[in-house]
Amino acid sequence: MSQVPADRRYAKSHEWARLLPDGSVEIGITDHAQHALGDLVFVEVPEPGRVLAAGDACAVVESVKAASDVYSPIAGTVLESNADLGASPELVNQDCYGRGWLMRLQPAASTALDALLGPAAYSAQLAAEGG
Amino acid sequence: MNQILEKSIFEYSREGRGATAQHPPALSGAAAAAAAEVQSTLPAALRRRSKPLLPEVSELDVVRHFTRLSQLNFSIDTNFYPLGSCTMKYNPKACNQFAMLPEFLARHPLAPDSQGQGFLSCMFELQEMLKEVTGMKAVSLNPMAGAHGEFAGVAMIRAYHRARGDLARNEIIVPEAAHGTNPATATMCGCVVREIPVDAEGDVDIAALENVVGPNTAGIMLTNPSTLGVFERKIQQVARIVHGAGGLLYYDGANLNAILGKVRPGDMGFDVIHMNLHKTFSTPHGGGGPGAGAVGVSARLEPFLPVPVVGREGETYRWLTEADRPQSIGRLSAFMGNAGVLLRAYVYMRMLGRSGMSQVGEFATLNANYLLAKLRAAGFDLAYPTRRASHEFIITLRRQAKELNVTAMDVAKRLLDYGFHAPTTYFPLLVPECLLIEPTETESRETLDAFVEAMVAILAEAEVDASKLKGAPWTMPVRRLDDVRAAKQLELTWKPVNSAA
Amino acid sequence: MAFIPHTEHDVREMLEAIGAPSIDALFDEIPAALRVQGLEGIPEGLSEMAIGRLMSERARQDGRPLSFLGAGAYEHHIPSAVWAITTRGEFYSAYTPYQAEASQGTLQLIHEYQTMISSLTGMEVSNASLYDGGSAVAEAALMAVRAHRKSKSLRILVPSTVNPNYRRVAVSTAGNQGLRFETVAYSRETGCIDPSALETFRGEDLAALVIQQPNFFGQFEDVDALTDWAHSAGMLVIAVVNPTSLAMLKPPGEWGAKGADICVGEGQPLGVPLSSGGPYFGFMTTRLEYVRSMPGRIVGRTVDLEGKQGYTLTLQAREQHIRRGKATSNICTNQGLLMTAATIYMSLLGPAGLAKVAESCMARTQQLQSALCRVRGVRAAFVGPRFHESVLLLDRPAAAVLRSLETQGILGGVDLAADYPELGPALLVCATETKTDDDIERFGNALGVALQAARAA
Repeated sequence: MSQVPADRRYAKSHEWARLLPDGSVEIGITDHAQHALGDLVFVEVPEPGRVLAAGDACAVVESVKAASDVYSPIAGTVLESNADLGASPELVNQDCYGRGWLMRLQPAASTALDALLGPAAYSAQLAAEGG
Repeated sequence: MNQILEKSIFEYSREGRGATAQHPPALSGAAAAAAAEVQSTLPAALRRRSKPLLPEVSELDVVRHFTRLSQLNFSIDTNFYPLGSCTMKYNPKACNQFAMLPEFLARHPLAPDSQGQGFLSCMFELQEMLKEVTGMKAVSLNPMAGAHGEFAGVAMIRAYHRARGDLARNEIIVPEAAHGTNPATATMCGCVVREIPVDAEGDVDIAALENVVGPNTAGIMLTNPSTLGVFERKIQQVARIVHGAGGLLYYDGANLNAILGKVRPGDMGFDVIHMNLHKTFSTPHGGGGPGAGAVGVSARLEPFLPVPVVGREGETYRWLTEADRPQSIGRLSAFMGNAGVLLRAYVYMRMLGRSGMSQVGEFATLNANYLLAKLRAAGFDLAYPTRRASHEFIITLRRQAKELNVTAMDVAKRLLDYGFHAPTTYFPLLVPECLLIEPTETESRETLDAFVEAMVAILAEAEVDASKLKGAPWTMPVRRLDDVRAAKQLELTWKPVNSAA
Repeated sequence: MAFIPHTEHDVREMLEAIGAPSIDALFDEIPAALRVQGLEGIPEGLSEMAIGRLMSERARQDGRPLSFLGAGAYEHHIPSAVWAITTRGEFYSAYTPYQAEASQGTLQLIHEYQTMISSLTGMEVSNASLYDGGSAVAEAALMAVRAHRKSKSLRILVPSTVNPNYRRVAVSTAGNQGLRFETVAYSRETGCIDPSALETFRGEDLAALVIQQPNFFGQFEDVDALTDWAHSAGMLVIAVVNPTSLAMLKPPGEWGAKGADICVGEGQPLGVPLSSGGPYFGFMTTRLEYVRSMPGRIVGRTVDLEGKQGYTLTLQAREQHIRRGKATSNICTNQGLLMTAATIYMSLLGPAGLAKVAESCMARTQQLQSALCRVRGVRAAFVGPRFHESVLLLDRPAAAVLRSLETQGILGGVDLAADYPELGPALLVCATETKTDDDIERFGNALGVALQAARAA
């Protein structure tokens, strides 16, 4: 049964986005996604300064089974990426909503998260997919 | 099988040791003078200063080490190897013997055609025989592997549309069950991939196909029988729809063994095909290669074949190159392709001959259907229970995974303890916990019976104690290697034990 | 029935178990209109004895002339042990090592190969091989474009001193993905890349420079200067090298200040017979930082659940069977058997033996060049040090000379007229460690005869 915390919003492609107090948006992949991938062996994250549109492939998460693109749920500019993932990609498996965050963006619009799914809607999607 | 692991060749090294009988003789006279001259004029800046890490060992060390390594392998020569989609049939020793006749081995690729009529006649006749078994109009032997042949095929499709000014056609349709090389190839050719589903019976979803074809369709990539182990029954309809929309049909020949001598891709409406000579025509798998991916085409694609192609003028054979074939998609290898592999395929086809080749399809299909019947009777679930097997079929262990907590991988590993290489696991991706089983025609029914017995025994073990499977294999030199660690802590070269890792 | 073990009894019992009346019935899902009755155009099958006879006749027909051909494929002594072991059934008839426990032999061998070829080329990591040298150059170009962090350019500089067939393969293979291959001229005096021609590209946005060492003419390029130039101009460096030469030459990993970025080449010289052009194998090595952009299979060392060392395919997520449409390449195979032969060859020769082969090749080519330049109408095209090939200029068209040599049982060299017409009549000749004093003397005499005949004609 995947975890779907209430304090953030979700994209259909299994990324999450969370508004931080300073107005930036933190992004990662969901519990469903990390579970499907299996143990991560490598994470490729974008460089600061990169400008992203909503839906742009911006990172790659690689397990022995698969190397999947991560799509930015919102438009924005990359402020920083999680430097711990270089040595410890397993953080994404262990704590995908906390220490396993991927990147932080400066959103292009303050209303950026409105278009995303809320926790209930995302949970419903997972149930429909059978996960 | 040898259970004792073998140390690394580098651990045998002793400085100054070597297989001196293999060194070139010492130079004297004019040669020695020449040697002195070149050494004195070689600039210091170009010289190697560090000794390369190559073993310093005796010839006996080399022979023992690599012989022992070979004994750590499963192979067709030692084990039943029912890998679906790989066609692990017997590789006749004659094919190797005659392809390695000294004159064939010694011939330089740029030797003139006049000094290669023997070799070229084999290549020409191979082209002709491949045309006949596939029903295509022309063949190129150039591509060096199946995926390479796929690349040539899709590149030819693109070239055809471009030559007609039809520049919008850049979409390649691929069934979701397709082998991974298909979409990868399409992308390599600068195309966009459109995936379509298959229906519950394993046939291409016709409605989905009709939805996706249009003015951007370059073509569709199919294999028949499909990767699901069943014949694509609606193939003629598929051909009509795709041709009707202006696209071409590409045949992935990976499963040609099922229909050799019974059905021809050209007759099914395919415009271009690749053949895996290392599957259907029994050239060696060699631990991962070399393959050969000859391509066959219909008349409209003939000008685009990759070069070189063997031509015949009267009684003389010669290579036709870019100069002879200006519309060719070009050359895909520095020389003419995997000549030695092609010679092996030639010998194989000549030994089988007309009746032998028809029997390939017949007995591959007989063996697969027999194995299917026995496994079904033993309680295994078929992925497509209403369908005949082609030369392969799929069983799914989804029920056992749920009820007994054993996966297809667990069964595959336990089979190794019984002396059988596992079937293909987890391909096609569509069927959960699947085993894709292809016995091939060269196996006896006793071998098939023994395989069924092993599967039954393993299932019985699973019902009593799943850990017997989950901890398998028990009798191999290594057990369940840590893939995650291999990818995270990359150790891709040998390092001396005392060096900082 | 060739290689099919079934007796009539077997067939009957198996059909009974299936519940089908005949083998033909097993094809009943196939529309009748598609079924062929027989393969009329195929001759009847032959026994092994008969095909053996046929093949022997054809081989005899081709014979074994004395050859001085090079141009990317080289005649070397291959120790008997190489193919005796490589054709063992356990190597020959094994599949790709996807089930690691059943394939430790192949996997360990690949790991040893990766170690040897990485070190020989002075790079950090290797893959398990690619199809051949030409396609390896194409893959290197695609990889350079993928891996280049600062540039999105699809333009690759390929000097005209790079094997022309490698350029052709690169265009055929990578052209469809938008890559463009541009030429750099060479100096008529040295047969090497013309530095001033190269300089015109400074300031342009290019992904990589390809440097072949020795180059197609056999000449040695100034690899340090070229590497530094490319890096200073923001390009990656793709080295294309001859593996035998690396026993005595500075490897690409040590070129210039930073070393080459990607290294490829044709592995055929390492124990693989000429065999009319294949099968050969391409090698590819690179820096560790680019390993995830490298196509092909890779073997890594790891441990099993008992802590024992073992080997497995790794980084497979980049490959076609997982990444599918986004794969680094569509390549599914490696040239397993050839790489096996090369690993055994390198183990037998070792660093000392391979260096002796390289030295012997250089000496014989020098000796050959001297001998042939003593023939009237022959002179060397280029000054400067070279490896084991030399371009000779003739005072008569090369094609006729070669035909005459052929009648004297000698394959004298590769005619460069098609690819380098600006040289005039020119032959690329090669002498490896396999050539003797007698061979060279014979060639010199025959060449004299051939040129005389050409003058008289």
